[in-house]
Amino acid sequence: MAPARTALPRLLCAGVRSARRWPGFLRKATPGPAGPSGRMLTGAPNPARSEPQDDHDLQRKILDLPLKHSDFFNVKELFSVKSLFEARVHLGHKAGCRHRFMEPYIFGSRLDQDIIDLEQTASHLQLALNFTAHVAYRKGIILFVSRNRQFMHLIENTAQNCGEYAHTRYFKGGLLTNAQLLFGPEVRLPDLIIFLHTLNNVFEPHVAVRDAAKMNIPTVGIVDTNCNPCLITYPIPGNDDSPPAVHLYCRLFCTTINRAKEKRRQMEILYQLPSVKRAEDSGTRRSS
Amino acid sequence: MAAPCVSCGRALSARLSLTVRASLARRPGHWKPSAVDWQMGAGSQLLKLIHTTAVTTKKNVPASRHEVYTEDFIKKQIEEFNIGKRHLANMMGEDPETFTQEDIDRAIAYLFPSGLFEKRARPIMKHPDQIFPKQRAIQWGKDGRPFHFLFYTGKPSYYSLMHEGYGKVLQLEKHKGPLPVKTQHRDLIGSRWLIKEELEEMLVENLSDQDYMQFIRLLEKLSTLQCGPAEEEFVQRFRRGVAIQSKKQLIEPVQYDERGMAFSTSEGRRKSATAKAVVYEHGSGEISVNGMGYLHYFPVLQDREQLMFPFHFLDRLGKHDVTCTVCGGGRSAQAGAIRLAVAKALCSFITEDEVEWMRQAGLLTSDPRVRERKKPGQEGARRKFTWKKR
Repeated sequence: MAPARTALPRLLCAGVRSARRWPGFLRKATPGPAGPSGRMLTGAPNPARSEPQDDHDLQRKILDLPLKHSDFFNVKELFSVKSLFEARVHLGHKAGCRHRFMEPYIFGSRLDQDIIDLEQTASHLQLALNFTAHVAYRKGIILFVSRNRQFMHLIENTAQNCGEYAHTRYFKGGLLTNAQLLFGPEVRLPDLIIFLHTLNNVFEPHVAVRDAAKMNIPTVGIVDTNCNPCLITYPIPGNDDSPPAVHLYCRLFCTTINRAKEKRRQMEILYQLPSVKRAEDSGTRRSS
Repeated sequence: MAAPCVSCGRALSARLSLTVRASLARRPGHWKPSAVDWQMGAGSQLLKLIHTTAVTTKKNVPASRHEVYTEDFIKKQIEEFNIGKRHLANMMGEDPETFTQEDIDRAIAYLFPSGLFEKRARPIMKHPDQIFPKQRAIQWGKDGRPFHFLFYTGKPSYYSLMHEGYGKVLQLEKHKGPLPVKTQHRDLIGSRWLIKEELEEMLVENLSDQDYMQFIRLLEKLSTLQCGPAEEEFVQRFRRGVAIQSKKQLIEPVQYDERGMAFSTSEGRRKSATAKAVVYEHGSGEISVNGMGYLHYFPVLQDREQLMFPFHFLDRLGKHDVTCTVCGGGRSAQAGAIRLAVAKALCSFITEDEVEWMRQAGLLTSDPRVRERKKPGQEGARRKFTWKKR
């Protein structure tokens, strides 16, 4: 719970200070003072306001509302501990491959194979999906990264289905850190990087983990028992080698992102209606 | 200070940076001396040319960092080209509406006669799309989101091709199984895979050799599996036809003289000798050179053997009459020139297979060897002066 509540406002405040580099959408999302926001919630609008002020308020309303709920997009219903178990998410590597920092997430080991604690996985997964949904709601760029050739095609298809981006190929050196030179002076970097496999083909941490941390890009990553969860913002301890598990993750991310985008479309349509209908909408907003 | 013009060509080799490509559509100020440094001479206005070491041997380097042409620039160039084309048409007294590229080339060759041997160094005036290398347009929209889902890989077109190809392979394997089905190699004969430069040009991206090999391997795998029309079309996009060499051979048409005798004429060259031969279809093996008999004109056996070679090869000794004129060169060169002319003229009377055999024997290829020039500091073309130890 705590990381989600504190991380997002921290990022928002950071955005306000360094306005030049930060993506445009976060600049407008400064949380307003309690008085006017309270008035907006009960839905008693002031029609005498001028047009630009109205737009600004609209943006704030659209962007602030989801932040007031702990699970605005209801990602909890997409999975359960049972479905994770059936997808073999709890299976880790052998005890010899265990990474020291993964020990808190490991439930135990059976016949020398590590078993991941699915209760922790479920809570981490919920946080991560919630964060992904918020980023997608705010029209952020999401990049799926993996270097596992078995699931390369699947991940690229997943990214295509969500309308987001994928990078499952050879990762060139300064892609994130030297993007201005590689792509152009006005390129927009990804706002979230999702690692479906944190390691590359030689079982070392993927370069993008470190580079995203350098560029202040939040990351969500599936960490197996042989991975280092340190630099990943929202680690999800779980199996990354079995096909059912990876299929499950892809489905979950795809559904969350589509859901969040749909929600955003609905909210924008809702707020385009004339001010007379706003009172009714505020009533329906709570229930949605 | 004076800014001498240097070509901003893609090949950054020393030789080309010294040549000048004049074009009515471009002004000198636009050329960027990207491969060249300028240095001020001590206390004077003279500029000395220094070449940097960034030399690429490949000529078609697409979209190198130094030359970024904006869309506005290209549009302006196209407008200038069109206006220049109309001016040129008016100058030549022709209709500006129906002034084609061939007319432009002829007009430029007439107005700017050039004695340079290198055809690419001569003045040209072509549409800017053919001069400036193709560059990628801006790849993201107003909100900053890139258009292509593989944009962050750096080579979106190439990787999307790989993705598509691999998807097709997976689909076919699912339906039919992973082993290749023995099908007839229908369209693979007479065509070749794209070469790396052509692929780079198609995708407007830089590729490495490994990328290219992986791509060709994927296409080969796809072509071995039995595929439907969509996959066929996908594979055919990357094949180029290879023209059969013999089809390129120009066969002279058979002519008939006033007595109804069939004959054909042809020319041949060797070193500095040119020959014109008239070969009659029916004859008794007489050869007359410059009005004289061949025995009289070529006293040496070797030269006469050269004359006989085409007939001997086709087993038609004594079946054709030849009348030829030759000038220039020495005796051996004249013999070689007549041989080529006779062989070319004979093509009209023989079957296509025999033409192919002659081509493979080398009878229809003109010998490109010419006398090599003498170089300064040496005694001859290759011979150096006697080396003296002291």
